[in-house]
Amino acid sequence: MSLLRHVPSPAQQRRAEHRRRQGVRSVLVAACSTAALGTLLVLAVTGAPGWDRVRESFLDPAIARDALPAVLTGLWLNVRLLVCCAAGALLLGLVIALLRTLRGPAFFPIRALAAGYTYTFRGLPLIIVLYVLTLGVPGLRLQGMPPVLVLGGLALVLTYGGYLAEVFRAGIESIHPSQLAAARSLGLTYRQTMRHVVLPQAVRRVAPPLLNDVVALQKDVGLVSLAGPIDAVRAAQIATAETFNYTPYILAGALFVLLAIPLIAVTDWVTLRSARRQSGG
Amino acid sequence: MALLTCRGLRKEFGDHVVLDHLDLTVEEHQVVALIGASGSGKSTLLRCVNLLEELDDGVIELDGEEISDPRVDPDRVRRRIGMVFQSYNLFPHLTVLENVTLAPRRVHRRARAEAEAQARELLDRVGLAGKATAYPDRLSGGQQQRVAIVRALANQPRLMLLDEVTSALDPELVGEVLSMIRDLKTDGMTMVLATHEMGFAREVADQVCFLDGGRVVEAGPPEQVLGEPTQPRTRQFLRRIIEAGRL
Repeated sequence: MSLLRHVPSPAQQRRAEHRRRQGVRSVLVAACSTAALGTLLVLAVTGAPGWDRVRESFLDPAIARDALPAVLTGLWLNVRLLVCCAAGALLLGLVIALLRTLRGPAFFPIRALAAGYTYTFRGLPLIIVLYVLTLGVPGLRLQGMPPVLVLGGLALVLTYGGYLAEVFRAGIESIHPSQLAAARSLGLTYRQTMRHVVLPQAVRRVAPPLLNDVVALQKDVGLVSLAGPIDAVRAAQIATAETFNYTPYILAGALFVLLAIPLIAVTDWVTLRSARRQSGG
Repeated sequence: MALLTCRGLRKEFGDHVVLDHLDLTVEEHQVVALIGASGSGKSTLLRCVNLLEELDDGVIELDGEEISDPRVDPDRVRRRIGMVFQSYNLFPHLTVLENVTLAPRRVHRRARAEAEAQARELLDRVGLAGKATAYPDRLSGGQQQRVAIVRALANQPRLMLLDEVTSALDPELVGEVLSMIRDLKTDGMTMVLATHEMGFAREVADQVCFLDGGRVVEAGPPEQVLGEPTQPRTRQFLRRIIEAGRL
């Protein structure tokens, strides 16, 4: 560490002063333009001819208060389903991706099944999978049939597992062959190479897109309400039908956004961190 | 008995014949330098010996065992051979110590404490003890390559294959890696190294093989192959190296 402090030259002092003035100016310009745009938007919406009617039927605080307990109960179901389905879909996706990397003729049927699965469930609309599993499967009247909620969760896991498998596979294939060569040259078996060298790097690399799919799943878990269970959106729909007022929908939407913020923040943080790592910083 | 014998090796990539009836014998404690232009088959030969590439013909024997036999378990063969690559190929998600102990722990099933003690001793010997907990991207190229050599040595191999291990390094970092290889020779390690460092080949090798078109065109003691080559193609190659100021 140097004991002498560096004294900036006059040229550097002029540059620093110029940058400081520029900085103050940018903040002022940003504040003014934001204020102007905000005022314009508020005027345009509240000045609209039908604003009073819309405010009554979409933004009624009393109705929001009344609907809140039911919507929150529904949201708790969303949260529980999200946690279980995300864990299940991540696990299923990882297993399918690993099965697709197996080599050798003996594994051909397994590879083919895994590939067929990702093709089918990425192509099939989620709603149809839900209907088949929650309405069709119980119709078989088999013994020990799980409740509709579990079947609905299974539909979500099956559909999202297909997407996540492809994300995992992209990660596995992005690891440079020289890493495999180095691991195999040390005498590690194929499985050890996957477990200790390829997967840890692959999962880190695809963490941002994986989390992105989990954010999407968070919105789709509510679709199990098509089969009966009452989630937040369905609770809002019921409340709306009772009061002929759409405020509960807005309430549910706001709660969904609040729920998504931490997950999205984590996704952004992970993305940023992996970008920094890759740039060697 | 020779430690490594290659007879009639052939390797094709599509229409391109990379190894063409290549013969090579390496005695125990011998250092063999492979020289030749890029694409002459040096790296492919090393990768074939380590069973990373499948042969199209020929036989490889290690310690008298035919390792090119498809019934031989390649993982068991690779445990006895250490390989170091041009671009280091350290595992970026593991620390230096974890890179070095991965094979001893997972392949040889050593206890963690034992593997780490051995790794620290090896790292200490090459002056990298202070870097044990660092990640590879925090090391210079020369340090990374020295860790890669230590990682290969941790398996206590019978044979080391070094594939142009200084080619990716800045000139001022080449020396530290070469001096480590010099120490290995002093310890009696059997080595096959592909190299563009003619001065180093002359100093450290017991035998120099000049490869061209997938064959060993000329082989012998370094003074002879590098000093008084008999084959016109060897002379031509060395003339170009001298013109480039690399000898």
